Amino acid sequence: MKQKFRLDKAGYINRDKKISFKFNSVKYFGYEGDTLASALLANGIHLVGRSFKYHRPRGFIGAGVDEPNAQVQLYSGEKTEPNAIATTVELVEGLEAKSQNCWPSVSFDLGAINNFLSKFFPAGFYYKTFMWPKSFWYKIYEPIIRKAAGLGIAPLKPDPDRYEHKFEYCDILIVGSGPSGLASALAAAKNGSQVILAEDKPRFGGSLLTYEVTIGNKKGKDWADETIAQLKSMPNVIVKNRSQVFGYYDHNMMVMFERTKDHIENPAKFTPRQRLWYIRAKEVVISTGSIERPLVFGNNDRPGIMLASAANEYMKIYGVLVGKKPIIFTNNDSGYDVAINFKKNGIDPLVLDVRTNSESSVVREAKNLKINIKFSHGVVNALGYKKVNAAKIGKLNTEKTGYKNLEKVICDCICVSGNWTPTVHLSSQSGNKLKFDEKVNAFIPNQSKQNESTIGSANGSFSLKKTLEEGFNTGYNLSKKITGKTIKTSTPTSNERSYALQDNFWCMPLPKNKNYKRCVDFQNDVYVSDIELAVREGFRSIEHVKRYTTLGMATDQGRTSNLNGLQLVSNIEKKIVPEVGHTTFRPPYTPVTIGAIVGREVGKNYRPTRKSPMHVWHKNNNAVFVDAGLWLRPRYYKKDEETLEVAAKREATNVRKNVGVCDVTSLGKIDIKGPDSAEFLNRIYTNAWMKLPIGKARYGVMLREDGVVFDDGTTTRISENHYHMTTTTAQAANVLSHLEYYLQVVWPDLNVNVLSITEQWAGVALAGPNSRNLLSKLFPETDVSNEGIPFMGFMETDLFEVPARIFRISFSGELAYEINVESGYGVFMWEKIMELGKEMNIEPYGTEALSTLRIEMGHVAGSEIDGRVIASDLSLEGMLSKKKDFIGKRSLSRAAFLNPEREKIVGVIPLDKKTMIPEGSHLVSDMNAALPNPKLGHISASCWSVEYNNPFSLAILKDGKKKIGEKLYALSPLKNKSIPVEIVSSHYVDPKGERVRS
Amino acid sequence: MLEIKCPYCGKRSQNEFSYGGDASVKRPELGKEVSDKEWNDFIYYRKNPRGKHTEFWHHLAGCRQWFKVLRSTSTHEIFKTAKINEEL
Repeated sequence: MKQKFRLDKAGYINRDKKISFKFNSVKYFGYEGDTLASALLANGIHLVGRSFKYHRPRGFIGAGVDEPNAQVQLYSGEKTEPNAIATTVELVEGLEAKSQNCWPSVSFDLGAINNFLSKFFPAGFYYKTFMWPKSFWYKIYEPIIRKAAGLGIAPLKPDPDRYEHKFEYCDILIVGSGPSGLASALAAAKNGSQVILAEDKPRFGGSLLTYEVTIGNKKGKDWADETIAQLKSMPNVIVKNRSQVFGYYDHNMMVMFERTKDHIENPAKFTPRQRLWYIRAKEVVISTGSIERPLVFGNNDRPGIMLASAANEYMKIYGVLVGKKPIIFTNNDSGYDVAINFKKNGIDPLVLDVRTNSESSVVREAKNLKINIKFSHGVVNALGYKKVNAAKIGKLNTEKTGYKNLEKVICDCICVSGNWTPTVHLSSQSGNKLKFDEKVNAFIPNQSKQNESTIGSANGSFSLKKTLEEGFNTGYNLSKKITGKTIKTSTPTSNERSYALQDNFWCMPLPKNKNYKRCVDFQNDVYVSDIELAVREGFRSIEHVKRYTTLGMATDQGRTSNLNGLQLVSNIEKKIVPEVGHTTFRPPYTPVTIGAIVGREVGKNYRPTRKSPMHVWHKNNNAVFVDAGLWLRPRYYKKDEETLEVAAKREATNVRKNVGVCDVTSLGKIDIKGPDSAEFLNRIYTNAWMKLPIGKARYGVMLREDGVVFDDGTTTRISENHYHMTTTTAQAANVLSHLEYYLQVVWPDLNVNVLSITEQWAGVALAGPNSRNLLSKLFPETDVSNEGIPFMGFMETDLFEVPARIFRISFSGELAYEINVESGYGVFMWEKIMELGKEMNIEPYGTEALSTLRIEMGHVAGSEIDGRVIASDLSLEGMLSKKKDFIGKRSLSRAAFLNPEREKIVGVIPLDKKTMIPEGSHLVSDMNAALPNPKLGHISASCWSVEYNNPFSLAILKDGKKKIGEKLYALSPLKNKSIPVEIVSSHYVDPKGERVRS
Repeated sequence: MLEIKCPYCGKRSQNEFSYGGDASVKRPELGKEVSDKEWNDFIYYRKNPRGKHTEFWHHLAGCRQWFKVLRSTSTHEIFKTAKINEEL
């Protein structure tokens, strides 16, 4: 099939490789090297979407990231991607794209009725209209508005692709590979710097790809190709295309988004789709170029109206004509480049120039080519609905406030050139306060706040000679600063057409009695009349105008619209643009997929998983795991079709009757050494530590400085100056930081060292009346009697020749021991225990049974030590030494902490002795009281007591100790339950603690 | 992401560190009589300056040393870092 708008020769596409793709379900052909946009234009398709609010037909305006209109939905199902910019989507075999925001089709869109009702939908319409009644907002207005407005549809299935993150360091990062970027990269690289050159587009060269210039007697593009080849061959340079540096963060941290897969027809397995680079650069060179501004006139958003520079790019790079009867409408000389290109390709353009004349070489060249030029003319209104088919043009009066005469001209496209806007987004993000340059008529960077230099047209330097000079000088100077070397690359000679000054006139006045819609922001459907309305209604600040009208918002971030909007406000307000100021530029410069931001940190890879050395044994023995911080711990060991409750009951019962074994490796273990260790522990813990004998363990409580309980655990004195501290699993890391803080910052005079040894030791708890019996089998040579290792005793001995540590401590309230061996022997220890414990009916138990055992014993854990309680709330006041000072002690004498009616820990039993009380339930005295029902306390932990065979809970209850024996209600609105309960002591089982000492 | 110079390890990215609060606050000595106000100020009151701020950082995923940083709260510029026993 012949592509009607494809030129026979021009362009850098590969004409040997045809590529088929689908747009709105119709099959088309393009070539390798096309974008979706250039391929559609080659097939004569301009209408690609509908506008955001009024559903007006829209076509391509740009040829790159500046494109505000041509957003399409790619593919379908799990692979679908909304809001892809068709001008940046590279054509690949089998590509499928659809228009967005239209129904039933882009050609016949019912939503377009909004356009005819547009009188009723001005700026701020939603704010004004959908206010009353309030309840309608959620149920009626918002869903309808969301459906009618908006862009593409987000995928509903998990992303099948793979994304990567990469960290890189360099001396100089250069953003943009136009003439200035290439020049600075070359100069810096030759002077020995580590350089990264990033180009957003697939092709390097920037404006050198489209403008007829010479550098060092070579064509601009050839010079660019040779420079890139040279840079690629240098070991100190990384050259990246398809890579958008979208954000400038603190301390020269740059973030770059690389597209690695979508343009490849048959990508290798495991190719990441996109890669996010975090680049820490000593210096950043911003050579991001500039973007052409549209001119504003009646119906200037019709398909077929586009930027002159885009028309040029389609011709030069893709060999595509955007029309065969073009009008070039310009206020500056760069529009003539396009006119000349059309003429050279056998098309006769009509040039309308709002200026009275221009005598630059490019205009002379156009005149010599006999191009039809009308000065003091402009397009007043574009005709045609789904595609422009004619234009009403007018001769401007001297003041440019009206027209001397109007005429209709047939055309099939209008290429507009409203001068250039430097792409200053990254400079602005770096903290550079921009300044308004009268000559360029735009904002350019001013004083750098970080190590950043902006060069080339991004800096308002539009001549090639100046751009190259800036590039070579900046690259050399920066690299000299870093490397100290002085290998200078001379700036080559260059030659280009000369350009005269632009006219700052850009918005065509309305003819008498006409009310054409003149579009300022294409993506957000903001028209001249909307901005005028906003200013009329009192929105003066440009930031307010932006929010009221949505000017410059959304995915294109106002790349084509910002300055026109600013100028309009400044015209209405009779201020100059610098006084109006500009809105804030924020990253990302172009949209970035969530996938790239997340990278590989999805699902289980979100954070590391810590596993005990015995993990494999647990897995092989039907353990069901639970996340405990980063750790995976067995929750229970499933037998047959058991539920969690049944299994926990079985495992806990076995501990109370026989003996159980539990993996406690995840408990934090900290090795403490040094002559001042006892003194240090004495300050860290609330109880006394100076007299702990060698070979003994002690329970300790730590407070924060504000008096709140921080953590608890046991610490054992191994030798004179050597202690072994255990912490809860959850607080292990925080406790270590806490100890380090006090040792390094507060008491540097103490000679103590601390080190985490959690992962060096595998730990198990043996609990139950048979545990000593089992211990004697595990350590047949050792005296493990009540005298040999008494309660809170410790010994170092051998477990069948493996060095082991035995601690007689108990969390379950039973006779119990904890055994530690080096991690590598964890499985050996575990299997020995299972083997020798078989005759005593040993069973492993998980965290659920562990909780059951500690709850019915009234032992506190993380659900009680919740960062809100003090020691006496937990009945731990006996742990507070009166004889010494310790961390947090001074806070305990604060009035609130001395209040006798503070909440206290108690036990709770349902009156029916059957109903489990949901954790988090509130305790109230009257279940029918008016809401909010006054809360007396809350249930912190619940279990099925295996000792008494009924539910039992712990609670933190106001003035709890005095309420023992009282009847209250446990309310759980979440579970819709209200349970009559009785308050009892928190020590439900073995209140005297006889078992642990037996 | 900030780049912080650990006095022991050199320049590293912020994600290796954790913030430790105002470094000008000094803990009252142990065992010393402290008024309610003095203690309250130590526990809760912190200056919130716009501009230079001395603060503690902990090289958590590195050498695990606490050290001092002089940083601008408005621009994030880091002027100097120092070991605990050094002057900033």
